[in-house]
Amino acid sequence: MSKLGLIIKREYLTRVTKRSFIIGTLLAPIGLAVYLLVIIGLTKYDSGSELKVAVLDEAGMVKQLPDSKGVRYIPSGGKTLDELKSEVEAEKYDGVLRIPPLGTFQKKEHTIFYYSDKKLAPEKSIAIEKRIGERIRNFKIDSLHLDPKTLDMLDTDISIDPEKINGTGEDDSKYTAGVGLAIGGIMTFLMFMMVLVYGQMVMRSVMEEKTSRIVEVMMSSVKPFELMLGKILGTGAVGLTQMVIWVLLSGAVTFIIPLVTGFDAAAGGGMPTTMDAPQIDPDQLQGEGLRIMAELGKQNWPLIIFAFIIFFLGGYFIYSSMFAAIGSAMGDDLGEGQSLVLPVTIPLILSFYIVSMAGWRNPDSGLMVFASLFPLFSPIAMPFRMAFNPPWWQIALSLILVVLSAFFFVWLAGRIYRVGILLYGKKVTFKEIGKWLFYKG
Amino acid sequence: MILSIQNVVKTYGNYTAVDQVSFDVPKGSVFGLLGPNGAGKTSLIRMITTITGPDSGAIYLEGEKLNERTPEKIGYMPEERGLYKKMKVGDHLQYLAQLKGLTQEQAKKAIHYWFEKFGIEDWAPKKVEDLSKGMQQKIQFIATVIHQPRLLILDEPFTGLDPINTTLIKEEIARLNASGISIIFSTHRMEQVEEMCDHIVLINKGKNVLYGEVQDIKNQYKQNLYRVETQGDLPADFGDRFSVNAQENGAVVVQLDDEAKSNELLAYLIGKQVRITHFEEILPTFNEIFIRRVGETQEA
Repeated sequence: MSKLGLIIKREYLTRVTKRSFIIGTLLAPIGLAVYLLVIIGLTKYDSGSELKVAVLDEAGMVKQLPDSKGVRYIPSGGKTLDELKSEVEAEKYDGVLRIPPLGTFQKKEHTIFYYSDKKLAPEKSIAIEKRIGERIRNFKIDSLHLDPKTLDMLDTDISIDPEKINGTGEDDSKYTAGVGLAIGGIMTFLMFMMVLVYGQMVMRSVMEEKTSRIVEVMMSSVKPFELMLGKILGTGAVGLTQMVIWVLLSGAVTFIIPLVTGFDAAAGGGMPTTMDAPQIDPDQLQGEGLRIMAELGKQNWPLIIFAFIIFFLGGYFIYSSMFAAIGSAMGDDLGEGQSLVLPVTIPLILSFYIVSMAGWRNPDSGLMVFASLFPLFSPIAMPFRMAFNPPWWQIALSLILVVLSAFFFVWLAGRIYRVGILLYGKKVTFKEIGKWLFYKG
Repeated sequence: MILSIQNVVKTYGNYTAVDQVSFDVPKGSVFGLLGPNGAGKTSLIRMITTITGPDSGAIYLEGEKLNERTPEKIGYMPEERGLYKKMKVGDHLQYLAQLKGLTQEQAKKAIHYWFEKFGIEDWAPKKVEDLSKGMQQKIQFIATVIHQPRLLILDEPFTGLDPINTTLIKEEIARLNASGISIIFSTHRMEQVEEMCDHIVLINKGKNVLYGEVQDIKNQYKQNLYRVETQGDLPADFGDRFSVNAQENGAVVVQLDDEAKSNELLAYLIGKQVRITHFEEILPTFNEIFIRRVGETQEA
């Protein structure tokens, strides 16, 4: 095995076999599983025992009410309020619901009364209000002799469907932007986290080698550049490993959990619904799910995945090599080195801000176009724009620039690293680092 | 010659760390590379070990200009040394040995040999951080010699070692030297130079200020001082005939103007019926030569 291969192997194996890596890698999918279980549990949760309510319908507006959402409605059966109250005290009911007459149909608000010494839970209260409200609406419709079907016709849902004027591209639907936003957002966030976490891992590891004084021993066997490159490659491979495990396990978790719990994610359970959300028509929902699937299918996945990998590698190489250079220049004092770290993290964080502030508003704005081409920003910004079909030449240019920059930054970092790593006990400034670039081999 | 340094210059920005240095290291020798802190020793060693390259001049190892294969022929134990703390001892040595060009099998065999030699067969699964400092130094030494280098460069090898391990490593160095390995020994501890080295070079401010065989240098710097121990008093006129540098219970240090006069001194004492119990020429210690030479170059 070549020396570079040996270094990569060691860097990779020592990290992957670390307990913290194994725990960290497994924790994310486990966290996801717990989250899903909690959501499912909450959705299925039946809050407390059944509430028995005597309904005193003074104007005969609501008629017999079916039980629902843990509330049992029992008609008063001609008893008076006082009789019912004493029955509540005898614990025959939990409370009495008195519905006074409406008075006039113009009335938009109506108060009904609940008699009980026990507090009415907010959930039940909302359920009762909703149920009675529906009944009173029906009562008004009947009383006014309106046709419910005609009334239904009054409601219209509006959605914008973007259509192209020119061009042969696929027709966009109202889901295109949302799906694009989701894909772009996930990729951007993943990219940002991976580059930041693994870049800093490279930096810490370089510092450790320097402070533990192993580095001079290593230097007598391998070239500084080989050691740096091996470290960057080995650590990057760890990052990719973690990403692949996360994707696979998360996929498995979201697939298996609904299966085990018998929870039908496809029927809309995947999203936590608020308690009083209107019942969605399953047919419509399935249609929506299918349309999102169709939208996902319309994405140019081979291109997105290919570009994502190139941008990940490009961004990772650019930033981790800079982190390696900074790590080599730092002494034992991490606090002192903070001033060196900041200039490297700023562009990374800035690019993330640009995407999260400006990107979702308009992925094709001038700022986003610049960010998706500028190599320090593009690994974060371009994957986001990819989901919105930017002009192909911008993707190509961005890819070329990021690859060239990756080579340039690794070379630059190598120049700094070879001097910094062997220098002890000196406070390093950027001016000093600038001089190192011109030292001969 | 195992190593030949020819007019080597190394600068860092405006600072000249090594300035036109030349010397040869004879094959099979124990060669002392001496100099005060900041003299340029480490810069020189880093060039020999190909960690850096000279700005001008040339370095030859076994007649060959330094190249990519050079590290495999050199074992280097730097002054600033360390190991990967979280690694297991066995894995660590395996890693370093393979980086020096050994195959996996060769490395395994070599590790086994050294573990047996030092009686530490059970260390392989231990983590480096669980070893004491002295134990780590032993591992460091094994890592330096595991690939059977032609040239061994030891930078302050005994710092941090207890007397037992110092002796152990010293013996090992002597044994390796006897088996034909040349050794460059960088230190500022002069008593070790006298004990171990046969040749030296003294570097100060990046320049070669003294170079040669240890014995020759000592002779060159001797001041014709003789120490005489006698039983009974010296003749009364002794002080008139010879210049006495120091005198204390039965011993006297005499300064002669000429080496040849030592016999004269002996003959005089014998003639005076003085019973001589000890007679020796006092050669300067390397510490003295070092301080003198560094002082001279400092003034220059």
